[in-house]
Amino acid sequence: MFSNQTHMRPINTYPKWVYGLLVVLLSLMILYALPNIYGEDFAVQVTGEKGVAVTDDLFKEMQQELADKGITIKASSNEEGKVLVRLNSSEDQLSARDIIKEFVKDKGRFVVAPNFAPATPEWLKGLGGAPLKLGLDLRGGIHFLMEVDMESALKTREEQYISDIKTRLREDKVRYASVTRAKDLGLIAKFRSEELRDKAESVFRQNFAELTTRTREVGNLFEIVAALTPTKIKEIKDYAIKQNIATLRNRINELGVAEPLIQQQGSDRILIQLPGLQDSTRAKEIIGKTATLQFRLVNESAGYNPKRAPAGSEIIMERGKQNIAVRKSVIVDGTHLTDATVGFDERGLPQINVKLDSEGGSKMLATTSKNVGKPMAIVMIETKGVYEEVDGEQKLVSTYEEKEVASAPNIQSALGSSFRITGQFTPTEAHDLALVLRSGSLIAPIYIVEERTIGPSLGQQNIELGKTSILVGFVAVLIFMLIYYRAFGIVANIALVSNMVFIIAIMSLVPGAVLTLPGIAGIVLTVGMAVDANVLIFERIREELKEGTNPAQAIYNGYDKAFSTIADANVTTLIAALVLFGIGTGPVAGFAVTLFIGILTSMFTAIVGSRAIVNLMYGGKALNKISI
Amino acid sequence: MKILKSNLNIDFIKFKKIAAVFSVLLMIASIVTVSTKGLNFGLDFTGGTLIEVGYQSDADINKIKSDLNAAGFSKIMVQNFGTARDVIIRLAPVEGKDSSKIGNEVHAVLKKGSADVEMHRIEFVGASVGEELTEQGGLAIIVALIGILIYVSLRFEWKFALGSVAALAHDVLITVGLFSLIQMEFDLTVLAAVLAVIGYSLNDTIVVFDRIRENFLKLRKQDSSKVVNISLNQTLSRTIMTSITTMLVLLALFFLGGATIHGFATALIMGVLVGTYSSIYVASNVALALGICKEDLMPPEVEKEGADQEALM
Repeated sequence: MFSNQTHMRPINTYPKWVYGLLVVLLSLMILYALPNIYGEDFAVQVTGEKGVAVTDDLFKEMQQELADKGITIKASSNEEGKVLVRLNSSEDQLSARDIIKEFVKDKGRFVVAPNFAPATPEWLKGLGGAPLKLGLDLRGGIHFLMEVDMESALKTREEQYISDIKTRLREDKVRYASVTRAKDLGLIAKFRSEELRDKAESVFRQNFAELTTRTREVGNLFEIVAALTPTKIKEIKDYAIKQNIATLRNRINELGVAEPLIQQQGSDRILIQLPGLQDSTRAKEIIGKTATLQFRLVNESAGYNPKRAPAGSEIIMERGKQNIAVRKSVIVDGTHLTDATVGFDERGLPQINVKLDSEGGSKMLATTSKNVGKPMAIVMIETKGVYEEVDGEQKLVSTYEEKEVASAPNIQSALGSSFRITGQFTPTEAHDLALVLRSGSLIAPIYIVEERTIGPSLGQQNIELGKTSILVGFVAVLIFMLIYYRAFGIVANIALVSNMVFIIAIMSLVPGAVLTLPGIAGIVLTVGMAVDANVLIFERIREELKEGTNPAQAIYNGYDKAFSTIADANVTTLIAALVLFGIGTGPVAGFAVTLFIGILTSMFTAIVGSRAIVNLMYGGKALNKISI
Repeated sequence: MKILKSNLNIDFIKFKKIAAVFSVLLMIASIVTVSTKGLNFGLDFTGGTLIEVGYQSDADINKIKSDLNAAGFSKIMVQNFGTARDVIIRLAPVEGKDSSKIGNEVHAVLKKGSADVEMHRIEFVGASVGEELTEQGGLAIIVALIGILIYVSLRFEWKFALGSVAALAHDVLITVGLFSLIQMEFDLTVLAAVLAVIGYSLNDTIVVFDRIRENFLKLRKQDSSKVVNISLNQTLSRTIMTSITTMLVLLALFFLGGATIHGFATALIMGVLVGTYSSIYVASNVALALGICKEDLMPPEVEKEGADQEALM
């Protein structure tokens, strides 16, 4: 008889290594699903603002302070300057937060936030185990979608161009009738003679290459119609969004959120997620504020770390360094800053390229030409609110300005509207400083286009409802399969339970996979559909038996024939899940992810997993009867 | 245990015309209700503000309404949500960029009216975001349908592909029609459910098609409609089994999943019912009407290496 490799082995058996592999895989999946049964600890998290680390000394003092105030610490750690104090109850958590907040108040700028820390044991954590990440609808918190007003960003930039163009034309002695913004986007420069216009056109070409120009005649005036090139428009938009993100990051530190998420979405939107926060009024106030940036001269006569500020100066801390005296008069403020990017100098060292509008440029020139060789401070000013708890709500009682010198480089030559800041920067430092400069410059307005605030009780309720419905649906399917397919029902049920373990393990492992309420619904749906593969196989086996095929061959044929059907049927559902993931955000994407993972794991457990069990039960034997 | 008799032979094809009329009527009815009554689109699509709050005891809807009216909120809708103690307040989108604060203002008014009010959630969606979502949602359904059409054409044949897409369009249309009829809120989770219905219904259809293809090759003497009928009978118990298990979990979601997930569960329950029916009656009938026959399904002749030697063995 013609025979091939598979038939050399007795029917319905797998080689030993397949069983081995399945056992290893299942053990791994159980291991990585395990962190989910340990729950979470109440915790307080302390981090330094703007990347400042909490020192070990401060950490020890903090622990001592908590112990003195009678708070029992369950466990605490300081990893890479991020302190996590675990506590036994939510009351302890709140008092610990207040104690630490009070304690670190005069020790620097720290974010003290209540948090939930997974109680995963160390050995599991060491293996990379972590519990499922819950979406805002399950853990409570605030979700904002902010939109950057690009139109106004572009208009502002055009205004700057108009003032630059006028200055340039004046300097080149080209007399213009007017330079104005066009109705929609673009600029119109008007001249009284063709000759003047042609001259102006070459000025445009030489100095404003990023503008496309065309000429026309209206009445007795000769006009140049200029527009920003698409590349330039994209650049401006990119800049506006990056700048807003940088600013928002600074603001959000102030809110005291343990794991905030700020990310760009699409070309003009910013997504902000603030888990655990509920007071959206306060969040909006803080997010909506603006920072200011000023260039000021340093008063060198006072030296470093002066005790008293000389007249006309004030003492401001330079970031990560010492106090310096800075003159009160402002050379140029952030409203004149149009761009700040990181570049590299001739020696390949990082530098920051700063651009000012023409007004800012001439002011800068006037001051710096007289002060070459002296340091100039870049001062950041943020208005912060003081909040007090009134009737259980945070109320704004007063505001104060917090000032900081971001950097104080020496002026090497007279500076105009375009200059560079060099120094012993690392690329990261240069990048950060550029961000600081941008975040303090004129900001394209942003507004909230979407808000979702979920209270903690609703989150908890959603988790409970989700758990109950998964459990009930799951048990109902298990019972039904058992009654309907008897011994094979047990096989399908083992496959189904393994499938749940697989889904939970993979969801816990995949970074960025978040469990949401629709995600739970996705899991429930997968449970219902996961048995489908087994139903297909078992129905095939029954058909084969009915046709008089012997049981062993019937099992073989059942699995064999059902395979392509299962694959086809599932691929199409995968397409639907992919499309969902592509368009959906937040909850819908959560549903798509669980559905996607669920389909893949269910195919595996229902085909390979259940086959292995059936093989172990019936493999290699001549069978008279099977229980199906 | 068996739900169906072993030697099942229902003449599905006999009811072909009735089913066709029934489906067409349902689809026309859906189009009519959607175009006259429209859909009760949720906040995700229309934009606006929604506040869900919980009280310690039963909420006084009228007092909430009058309190809010007194505070200057005119176009509001106040309803119980799930229980008598939970209340949901909806406000239509307002022009102007500061409308994001409305939710907080409403919450403050409620807090003044009754101290024991607890904020469950505040949702605000700007009108532009809603419009985009409506566009994207429609686009998603179309993209999913096209993707599926391509896959089924590649794996089967274009007549089958058209049949399956006709069945899907049928299911989506009727599910959406039912939502329009009962005026249940159509939000983002319902859209997700409709897409899941596409996946589910297709799953069913593919199983039937797969069997038809197999039977065309096996039963060469039979005519097309006989083959389809035999295939439908053979797959019927599986179709019903899977619908039952899926329905079991959906009922669990419907009754125990809470108010937020209600629309989602409803859409899927409707979709699974319609999808089960359509995989039996719509998909294969459309394929039959397009003149599917065994020649369409013959595996393409592939020149195998050494194929001529095999005969010698």
